[in-house]
Amino acid sequence: MPLGLLRYGLARKYPAKRFFPPRAELRPSYDVVIIGGGGHGLAAAYYLARDHGITNVAVLERGWLAGGNTARNTAIIRSNYLTPEGVHFYDESVRLFQGLSTELGLNILYSTRSHLTLAHTDADLRTARWRAEVNKHLGVDSSLVGPDDIRRLCPQLNLSDEVRYPVLGALYHPPGSIARHDAVAWGYARAAAARGVAIHTQTEVTGIRVEHGAAVGVLTTRGYVRAGKVLQAVAGNSSEVARMAGLRLPIRSIPLQACVSEPYKPILDPIIVSGSLHVYISQSARGEFVMGGSTDPYTLYSTRSTLDFKEGLMAHLLELFPFLAHAKVLRQWAGIADMTPDFSPVMGPTPVRDYYLDAGWGTWGFKATPVSGKRMAECVATGATPDLIAPFSLARFDRFEQVGEKGAASVGH
Amino acid sequence: MKLMTCPLNGPRNIQEFVQGPVVQAMPDAVAGTDAEWADYVFLEANLRGVVREWWCHAPTNYWFVAERDTASDTILRTYDAAALA
Repeated sequence: MPLGLLRYGLARKYPAKRFFPPRAELRPSYDVVIIGGGGHGLAAAYYLARDHGITNVAVLERGWLAGGNTARNTAIIRSNYLTPEGVHFYDESVRLFQGLSTELGLNILYSTRSHLTLAHTDADLRTARWRAEVNKHLGVDSSLVGPDDIRRLCPQLNLSDEVRYPVLGALYHPPGSIARHDAVAWGYARAAAARGVAIHTQTEVTGIRVEHGAAVGVLTTRGYVRAGKVLQAVAGNSSEVARMAGLRLPIRSIPLQACVSEPYKPILDPIIVSGSLHVYISQSARGEFVMGGSTDPYTLYSTRSTLDFKEGLMAHLLELFPFLAHAKVLRQWAGIADMTPDFSPVMGPTPVRDYYLDAGWGTWGFKATPVSGKRMAECVATGATPDLIAPFSLARFDRFEQVGEKGAASVGH
Repeated sequence: MKLMTCPLNGPRNIQEFVQGPVVQAMPDAVAGTDAEWADYVFLEANLRGVVREWWCHAPTNYWFVAERDTASDTILRTYDAAALA
């Protein structure tokens, strides 16, 4: 690599190397059509090609690659969940993330920071201890720590008693990490394209053809495409796309807002989360403080930003980190989160044969990108649901078998 | 600040309101099957467009009906539940 770089630097011309091949003509038929060119869809395409030799695959994306919730999340990776089903699932994702830069030949800026979920009440402490013990039992590194440990791990945090909600303890999760979200999607896209997957941006799916209870093709703005199997991975628009296949989902669309500050020198190492105060914060590789809160108070498909969100967020954040009073907000945005009743995803087969669903990613989608791609690819390729994702099936709602992750998946409880 | 017009209290800050479910018929308490109840409790139309929902003005605990557009975040109409019948 260094020699190649030197040769490139000394070259008289600097040919730009395309990251992806140019968009080709839409073929009349594909073995698998993936609706949605975000992280999850692109990862599924990659693992279909790598693990199952299925390369006659099209990824159809309405806009540009990874421009939806892949671009709008706050890039936190962790596995300190509450249910054994959730812990197993996200733990595999963390392990896949750790090797992803090498796997994809692209630096995703994976940075292990440790993750502290602050507890301000007895109820918070009880949930933290519960999560820690479930995690330890399943081999995930988590523990309950007190204020002295928190002071050592994050000296910037205001641990005074003279605040409305003093910090009593925290769930400490050393593997907690952040990564460059765009690079994850681009890396999967490049690696999938290199294996023959066709990526079609600016190709909106306008209908899904279902015959005799099975999905047989999709209508797009560039014509009709036959499909052996269809995988839907369109976080934020899941209900609307599923409706085209005649499905009703256990999903409500609610905006999740976030913002970043101007860049500062590196000062904040761990990722800090507070469920009671509805805030989380980390410092990105380029120095911006990435800040977010809970989902908006009502369902909506509009990605507007609100003053209510910023007022609520800042009031609590300044109590935790008074020095942020000097920081200015640089950007703000919203993504549309697929909120499920139990705060777990909806993955796997559907009542429509050959139509597979990767949805319900609420506020926990980015951290699951590699594992959902890998296991959905397995599910689509083999037609059998992998054990790891079986608890998250759409059919769990018919059986009243929810996987309750509200205590660990969001900050709004 | 976004305002919602409460049929009882007039225009109020939307932070005072709590969103309820869409207006829909409940399965029969005795004859309703598990599948009907699962659909009623968990599944959602989740429309992008105009929806008709229950909302509650929390300080006065007053439930009413609101019609709003979930694509544009506009509230089209609010009225007392008596107008539903």
